[in-house]
Amino acid sequence: MQFRGNGLPSLWRMMTGAKVVSSCLWLGWAETTLDEWKGFAMPVVAAEQNEKFAAYAHPERLVSTDWLAANLDADSLVVVESNEDILLYETGHIPGAVKIDWHTDLNDALTRDYIDGEAFAALLGSKGITRETTVVIYGDKSNWWAAYALWVFTLFGHEDVRLLDGGRDKWIAEGRELTTETPKPAAVEYPVVERRDEAIRAFLPDVFEHFGKPLIDVRSPEEYSGERTTMPAYPEEGTLRGGHIPSAASVPWARAAAADGTFRNREALEAIYKGEAGLSDGDEVIAYCRIGERSSHTWFVLKHLLGFENVRNYDGSWTEWGNAVRVPIVKGTEPGEVPAARR
Amino acid sequence: MNAQNIPAQLAEIIDDFQAMEEPERLQLLLEFSRSLPDLPEHLAGQPELLEQVVECQSPLFLTLEIGDGPEEPVEIYFSAPPEAPTTRGFAGVLHEGLNGLPAAEILAVPDDVPEQLGLTRAITPLRLRGMSAMLARIKRQITDARAAV
Repeated sequence: MQFRGNGLPSLWRMMTGAKVVSSCLWLGWAETTLDEWKGFAMPVVAAEQNEKFAAYAHPERLVSTDWLAANLDADSLVVVESNEDILLYETGHIPGAVKIDWHTDLNDALTRDYIDGEAFAALLGSKGITRETTVVIYGDKSNWWAAYALWVFTLFGHEDVRLLDGGRDKWIAEGRELTTETPKPAAVEYPVVERRDEAIRAFLPDVFEHFGKPLIDVRSPEEYSGERTTMPAYPEEGTLRGGHIPSAASVPWARAAAADGTFRNREALEAIYKGEAGLSDGDEVIAYCRIGERSSHTWFVLKHLLGFENVRNYDGSWTEWGNAVRVPIVKGTEPGEVPAARR
Repeated sequence: MNAQNIPAQLAEIIDDFQAMEEPERLQLLLEFSRSLPDLPEHLAGQPELLEQVVECQSPLFLTLEIGDGPEEPVEIYFSAPPEAPTTRGFAGVLHEGLNGLPAAEILAVPDDVPEQLGLTRAITPLRLRGMSAMLARIKRQITDARAAV
């Protein structure tokens, strides 16, 4: 990974991955010996250990509501709320959480792209996030937009970024503390890091090159078949054709979430993505939806929970593919054939 | 009504938004979301009487009643959950800006009123589309109700 400045994060992963100590003990140890580690870019907020997470490929990418409640005051941890509804944070949020809006903060409206390294550095610095900060992201709708924010953080190689399992709804359902007080973090220095898209982001030509390998369409069955071009009960966003990318399997994103918004356990996820959708270990996968947000959720599941190394999110998704000239689609409920090579 | 056919009570809201900086406009929209009245007793618990505005990101339902008399005053009712404050805010603006006005005045309101609030950049055009859809459905319901008489 080109973003790592030193070897310590790997050391951290090794130690937590080996489950040498429980999370509480580990955190206590980290605090008491913090002075010894100052000057090193080592995350001091150890990963949570529990049975459900341990079954996932990368348990350190998730935290539970219990864990977050116990660690809210930890140094070097910043909680970020990222929602679909731009005003929801203002109605009450986890104490200390800062807000990042997927649309107004992370997108560059003029280039139909994500913000660049300078804008990202300015944004994160203004939220009190350094390159070494442990970031826990949560949001509405089963973390749909939180997963999208996490994916964008990953484009910039932010090392320690995690999701709150169950998101905003679970925190509230458990009657945990909320506040309308907006934190005013002291601005910190976040380095300008060049965004690296290749590993986890696919563009339209990449999808053509990818044909023959698995594609996952995470939209609703009606969008997949072409009956409609938006989610049920969502705004029409101007897609001309309805259908799906040839050969893509249909796995609506929300199937990865349980009723309480938490991720399903590993066994259930394997049954969906390997059993039903036919993925095998080692597969290279591209996921897409309508604008790349729902597929970020699936990207998180495939990459961090099931451990597929090579998963890309095609954020152009159906708004691009469905409208692009001389680009084939398939209508109906069957995946359809891989198209012949295009010249 | 002014030259643009915007009723005074709506024009006042637009002026309030326009007089503010963007972050304050979001706060004002949040206040509108809080002041949206609950459904009256005769509509509460009867979702089949309301029409869903599917263009909104979160579930929003609305219906209206046209009063007797030559002015045909329109009562508009909205229902949206508290976890959808942006959608509730849009509804709150339209409620305060249009409720009780004569049917003809509401029908004459320009369709691009949502864009005049100065929220397009702060909220994004995608989200603002929900508000345009609410206005369109209010107008259509008025037209339908009058045709049915």
